[in-house]
Amino acid sequence: MASTETERPPESGASPAGGAQGAERDDAAELAGLEAGLDALDTRTQARTPLARTLREKALPPAVAVVLVLALWQSAFALELKPDYQLPSPLMVWDALAEEWYKGTILGVVWQSVSRGALGFLVALVVATPLGLLVARVKVVRAAIGPVLSGLQSLPSVAWVPAAIIWFGLTDATIYAVVLLGAVPSIANGLVAGVDRIQPLHLRAGKVIGATGLRGVRHVLLPAALPGYVSGLKQGWAFSWRSLMAAELIATSPELGVGLGQLLETGRVYQDMPLVLGAILLILLVGIGIELLLFAPLERRVLRNRGLLAAR
Amino acid sequence: MPTTLSAQDPAAAAQPRAAHQQDRQRQAGYAARLDGVSKSFGRPGAQQQVLDGISLDVAPGEFVTLLGASGCGKSTLLNLVADLESPTDGTIEVPGGRPALMFQEHALFPWLTAGRNIELALRMRGVAKAERRQEAERLLELVRLTGAYGKRVHELSGGMRQRVALARALAQDSQLLLMDEPFAALDAITRDVLHEELTRVWAETDVSVLFVTHNVREAVRLAERVVLLSSRPGRIAREWRVDIPQPRRIEDAEVSRLSVEITEELRGEIRRHGQH
Repeated sequence: MASTETERPPESGASPAGGAQGAERDDAAELAGLEAGLDALDTRTQARTPLARTLREKALPPAVAVVLVLALWQSAFALELKPDYQLPSPLMVWDALAEEWYKGTILGVVWQSVSRGALGFLVALVVATPLGLLVARVKVVRAAIGPVLSGLQSLPSVAWVPAAIIWFGLTDATIYAVVLLGAVPSIANGLVAGVDRIQPLHLRAGKVIGATGLRGVRHVLLPAALPGYVSGLKQGWAFSWRSLMAAELIATSPELGVGLGQLLETGRVYQDMPLVLGAILLILLVGIGIELLLFAPLERRVLRNRGLLAAR
Repeated sequence: MPTTLSAQDPAAAAQPRAAHQQDRQRQAGYAARLDGVSKSFGRPGAQQQVLDGISLDVAPGEFVTLLGASGCGKSTLLNLVADLESPTDGTIEVPGGRPALMFQEHALFPWLTAGRNIELALRMRGVAKAERRQEAERLLELVRLTGAYGKRVHELSGGMRQRVALARALAQDSQLLLMDEPFAALDAITRDVLHEELTRVWAETDVSVLFVTHNVREAVRLAERVVLLSSRPGRIAREWRVDIPQPRRIEDAEVSRLSVEITEELRGEIRRHGQH
């Protein structure tokens, strides 16, 4: 391509005789003005919603729901539907958690589980991404393991715990094995769904600009599949966390340290219902917290960048 | 195979516009050469022939429109030249390297900004990182979208998207630009403006254009040469040299006069299909 200054080269074969130069410049100015007008008329602008409204619309309803649940719980306690060692009040659960807090162990317990969950999730990510790509792009592989991979999603990963204990004993390997078996199918399936939903036009456009082979995967295929991939990641995290709790609950031994699952098991052994409910609450909070702090913003960002969020 | 009316002498057809053209292309004397190209789809036995014996040269720097009714295989022909599909028979030579292709839909990547879309094409071409940004800005300026670098694709209007797509196609620095009805989905005023833009950009660069359309006036408005394809199978039926000087307008009397003539021919081609 020739270097392109904004001025039209005089020898331009298509231009009329030299006398029309001035008129031509007017034409160009008129065209630029027309174009600017069209661009301005046709451009969509999006205003951000004010913070107060976001709070009112997004934060208030769940807060009200939580208060309602607590109120129901408290009234069930007050009516003594069950004896208080079976149905403690919200305050008793709070006290049990506070007691763990003052013992100074609770953060360690939460960290134990969260770090395991995070590590397991990251390993699952590394395993599931190439696996998902293979299933999505290679016909034979898809025919061979595609159905199994999506079938595995409906197998509760707690079913793997006995097998993992037989294989690995009461070790960290057992826990990670269960987490991986829970998370890998979700992430891989999410990626497959993401790749299946790519517009064929984008793949062709990638090919035309020379993004083929691995460069095509990196610059076109993966980014194009990102929305499906991210929802796979989200679900993969939920499955990691669930599987981790199942594994921790069953595989307890001193060498394994105390995670939230073991804390729950301790509560059961001592018939300590406030502790059991407190542990459940913590498990729930961590699960929700990571989803809200990590995956929800990630997903929103991906969708907003592509203009897929405006309608919602 | 039936004989077809092939393109005339490419050297005579070439109007040298830009001072320098790629060496390989000048040596070859054409930006693309199709020789006896046929394409069939379907299994052996139940084949449908889409293109039959297409022979066509596009001269360096030439602007050719391929015109035809639906089913004449004009998009297939572009896919063949772009190497997205292979011909059943015949040869295609594109000496200037991988051609750029613009689609009817903008085909920009929605996960990248306008500027980054262009930079990706530059990167695939091997342009160094340090130069990409500047080059992308320059191309945006060329299509009069200065300042749109950071805009997301969904924030742009249809006409702006096609201009970014044009800039991305130019970023490939290919000697041949294939365009598959790129303005068909735009409103009339925007299309007029983009015709003017394309003519201007084509005059400022030394790129050859092979432009597919079913719109006769658009074909005449833009091209130096209009090639009419018949349908099922697509064969070259006739071609016209358009000597009306640029800048033309779609409503110019001369454009209309030639359009009427070509439309008559096109209607004749279509009518033949209803006769048996």
